[in-house]
Amino acid sequence: MRALAWHGRHDVRVDTVDDPEILNPRDCIIKVTSTAICGSDLHLYDGYIPTMKAGDILGHEFMGEVVETGPKSTLQKGQRVVVPFTIACGSCYHCGKHQYSACDNGNPADNQDIGMELYGQPMSGLFGYSHLTGGYAGGQAEYVRVPFSDVGPIVIPDGVDDDTVLFLSDILPTGWMAAENADIEPGDTVAVWGCGPVGLFAVQSAFLMGAARVIAIDHFPKRLELAKKFGAETINYEESAVYEALMTMTGGIGPDAVIDSVGLEAHGFFVDNVIDQIKKSTFLGTDRIHSIRQAIVACRKGGRVSMPAVYGGIVDKFPLGAFMEKGLTLKTGQTHVQHYMPALLNAIMEGKIDTTFLISHRMDLEDAPKGYKMFHDDQNEVTKIVLKPGFN
Amino acid sequence: MSDDPIVHGDDAPPSSWKKGDAPDAMGIGDTKGDSIVGRTVTINRPVGEVFAYFRDFTNLPTFMENVVSIEVLDEARSHWVVKAPAGRTVEWDARITDEAQDRFIAWTSEPGADVANSGRVDFQDAGARGTVVTATILYDPPGGIVGKIVAKMFQREPAIQARRDLRRFKQLMETGEIATSAYTARQLEEETN
Ligand SMILES: NC(=O)c1ccc[n+]([C@@H]2O[C@H](COP(=O)([O-])OP(=O)(O)OC[C@H]3O[C@@H](n4cnc5c(N)ncnc54)[C@H](O)[C@@H]3O)[C@@H](O)[C@H]2O)c1
Ligand SMILES: [Zn+2]
Ligand SMILES: [Zn+2]
Repeated sequence: MRALAWHGRHDVRVDTVDDPEILNPRDCIIKVTSTAICGSDLHLYDGYIPTMKAGDILGHEFMGEVVETGPKSTLQKGQRVVVPFTIACGSCYHCGKHQYSACDNGNPADNQDIGMELYGQPMSGLFGYSHLTGGYAGGQAEYVRVPFSDVGPIVIPDGVDDDTVLFLSDILPTGWMAAENADIEPGDTVAVWGCGPVGLFAVQSAFLMGAARVIAIDHFPKRLELAKKFGAETINYEESAVYEALMTMTGGIGPDAVIDSVGLEAHGFFVDNVIDQIKKSTFLGTDRIHSIRQAIVACRKGGRVSMPAVYGGIVDKFPLGAFMEKGLTLKTGQTHVQHYMPALLNAIMEGKIDTTFLISHRMDLEDAPKGYKMFHDDQNEVTKIVLKPGFN
Repeated sequence: MSDDPIVHGDDAPPSSWKKGDAPDAMGIGDTKGDSIVGRTVTINRPVGEVFAYFRDFTNLPTFMENVVSIEVLDEARSHWVVKAPAGRTVEWDARITDEAQDRFIAWTSEPGADVANSGRVDFQDAGARGTVVTATILYDPPGGIVGKIVAKMFQREPAIQARRDLRRFKQLMETGEIATSAYTARQLEEETN
């Protein structure tokens, strides 16, 4: 099959590789019909994530048609499914609590050591995202082996377009969980840092959960415009001082809830540094956390902090005092995608959530290297690229 | 073995003790060796099921990566063939020294073992959480040339190996399969050999 493989920093290629096979009873194989490039993929592209090997197949946002099933898969050939980016077994204690991204069994046993060392306990596996998260081949390919296909993929009814449901795989549930983690009360003012796909879905979700006002913060005019389209007020942090703007816009109170959907994207996150630091046990600051710091300081007393943004290591200059003194609550985590998929599919079908607005470019899988470069070079024009095998 | 009872002022398990006094306190029948490995995992299945699967030693190679084969000789004895570096294997006969249904199995290697070892696996009913499985292994790095190779493996690896094997055991019991990120049968083959 053809697949987008990582070969090094700023070097991704579409290679011809072996077709995937059913290896475990609960597996299925899907033929990919649509797959997106994610902001997180750019970290791999930039070479920031360690444990990547030349030839690793990328992609964690994908959907397609079931073409093969293992004896314990509940899917049928010909069904169209969207696949969650988190690989979860559905039968461990955490899956039982719907904490799917904390699944004990989605990450192969040997791969769990590094998670254990970094975080105390290993997290679930992820598709196409380095050997740190399992080393699973991703979905920017013609075919994918999907483990635990009886609990992960969600079946899409006929007649529903790929583009309207593709983002169930990651960014829509992530934006939704971000808003849910903000414990929004009717009438609240919610501030969202970052108007990438996650932030934009958090904006929509916050309004659906009863926020009276959402204030969106970024510096890309096109992205701020999209946030405005959904009813958000905007702050361009290159033009205005964010804290001052927020305080004035909220009558000196501060937002009731703040959502950090920026993370390591903007500031450069280097897991290898983190690991080095841990090895040296110096515990010096590593992740640079400007947005979360600003969010905590701006948040009103007794307010809620939601952090969908990914951080991987140890930080310094975290405003622990402001956090404690103001009595804030912080909720975060990799998204429990499987938990949110069914309800969000319904919300899409009922027209409550708009998803296709995000897609700025559609192209053939063969053009993926061009897509990575475009996305990398221009985040103002490019909001989301969807790759389709055989599009040309 | 010392005759004085071992007393610690806290509730921490022996495998976490910093002093070398753990083996004596482990309640392992015939203590063999002086390097100790202790690992615990919680498996979301009833204790009866978990114990029964483990007690049938022919099941163990399924999730114990380094174990090539186990032949059950009789109720108490079994013959183990285990991978060593450089394509070698090491072998021993193991004898169950004590056991209690759904609670624990303790064993020791018979004289003549390539690597003398003993240990116990405890099973504890954890109610809604399933079963807590704790493996404690003592082994004696052998001398000689083979010993050197084996020691290299055993000195560095057993803690990691035991942890990974327990994770695979958990995966098998909870999900019915062992997770792999391979995507072709050939890759899987390469990974497991
Ligand atoms: N929790 C999860 O499971 C999960 C899933 C997907 C993505 N993520 C994470 O969510 C975050 C956002 O993802 P995305 O795909 O939307 O990324 P993105 O890179 O497309 O968007 C980030 C946006 O933040 C803006 N930004 C940068 N610095 C800022 C600042 N100081 N203040 C305000 N805005 C700033 C950037 O201009 C950009 O538009 C990332 O950290 C990503 O890794 C988490
Ligand atoms: Zn993504
Ligand atoms: Zn699980």
